Amino acid sequence: MLTVDALSKTYADGTQALSGIGLSVAPGEIVALIGGSGCGKTTLLRLIAGLDRASAGRVQVDGETIREPHPSVGVVFQEPRLLPWLTVADNVGFGLADVGRAERRARVVRALERIGLSEYGRRWPRELSGGQQQRVAIARAFVPQPRVLLLDEPFSALDAFTRRGLHDQLLDLWAESKPTILIVTHDVGEAVTLADRVVVMRPRPGRLDETVAIGLARPRDPVSARFEEAVRRVMAALDRSLRPAKPRRDLSPEGRAGWW
Amino acid sequence: MPPLRRGGLAVVLALVLPVTLALGWEVAVDTGAASGRLLPPPSRIGATLADLAASGDLLTHVAATLVRVGLGFLCGAAAGILAGAAVAMLPAVRRLIDPSLQALRAVPSLAWVPLFILWFGILETPKILLIAVGVFFPVYVGVSGAIASVDRKLVEVGRVYRLSRLALARRILLPAVLPATLVGLRTGLGLGFLFVVAAELMGASEGLGYLLVDGQQFGKPDQILAAIIAFALVGKLADTVLVALTRPLTRWQDTVRESL
Repeated sequence: MLTVDALSKTYADGTQALSGIGLSVAPGEIVALIGGSGCGKTTLLRLIAGLDRASAGRVQVDGETIREPHPSVGVVFQEPRLLPWLTVADNVGFGLADVGRAERRARVVRALERIGLSEYGRRWPRELSGGQQQRVAIARAFVPQPRVLLLDEPFSALDAFTRRGLHDQLLDLWAESKPTILIVTHDVGEAVTLADRVVVMRPRPGRLDETVAIGLARPRDPVSARFEEAVRRVMAALDRSLRPAKPRRDLSPEGRAGWW
Repeated sequence: MPPLRRGGLAVVLALVLPVTLALGWEVAVDTGAASGRLLPPPSRIGATLADLAASGDLLTHVAATLVRVGLGFLCGAAAGILAGAAVAMLPAVRRLIDPSLQALRAVPSLAWVPLFILWFGILETPKILLIAVGVFFPVYVGVSGAIASVDRKLVEVGRVYRLSRLALARRILLPAVLPATLVGLRTGLGLGFLFVVAAELMGASEGLGYLLVDGQQFGKPDQILAAIIAFALVGKLADTVLVALTRPLTRWQDTVRESL
């Protein structure tokens, strides 16, 4: 169980990045955080990861307060951030320093199989494509079996085809150990593909706005009517979050184009 | 044209000029068109080298020079690594010693020669010290720059996996700074050979630099040229050995073959 309680972040220069964030995510639930740039999505994720300190409020995982990086919280960054001097296999096993050699090896081999990169274990990260590198980064985060996994726009640098494949692989890995997942994205389609709930954020200061429950069984068919209906609901919520003062506008295709 | 043949052709083309000049000079001296007193023909330089090698003198001189370069290199490199690491990791130390070191770096190192002779006499100490000074600065600059420019994003990966300070240094900082450190060491070794000449010119009874001075004083240009050739070979050999020893450490790097 991930609980975020009245979390705020104010930078030294007085900028308020986040204000009064409250969120709780059930074990095994996948929640997508969505919103325009500058609404504090990444800041929120970094606070939950324990990489930055909150100005007020707290983050708890299974009742334990997070103040610094915690063994049961994994992180996948926007860039793969693989260590270039380690082989692919050693990168995957990076978080298993205190696990015995034989078991580490076995878990790395299994993870590489899961992401379809068994043949690449002894290669250097630079020899892999961007999509393959991000797969390795995701495997690295999954291998220590975290209870909470945080992903910060992990697929934003990839093309649409690669992204589709990675969505499937992420869900595949998730299905094995069912960690709680919090994923930041600015892609509505991605949010609806992955999440049980989509939480819309609102900028200046960053705060949570509406929550949209997706309520679709997995695997999800992106060309089904129900999927499209869910996308429309998320888009409408996003639209409302960005035009607070004005009455709701007609969702003409032109008006929506910017969100894609 | 296949690459191999093109490479072969390049070698042949590169050799045309020096070989033609050497042969031309050989013929000119042989036919009496030139005396060859100040610039002996290649055959006489070769004969001098062969004599020096046969009498064992060459080995003595090369050994003396290599010992000086080796000791100076070790002292200078060790001091450069320590100072570079301290300056990069401890801001207080940087503010305290970096300005002074940068000022000293601006002094042409040969300017120290009279002072070193005054302080330490003309035996081995000033020679090794001079070489160490020459080696110190490129290593110092390389190491401090490399540590300062370590990718923060990779350091953050270390934080996510809760590495201790020691583990962070060993698993992330050290491999990250290794390539630039090796480039610094290599530049330092080159400067070591530059400075050993200066050191041996200031008074020595053996060493390749001594052969240069001796050749000048007794009007033996063939000996000077033989010593120059020996310098070139020994310097290149030392460089090749350093690269060969350190290559396994930087195998992961794309650019290693170009930069080293």
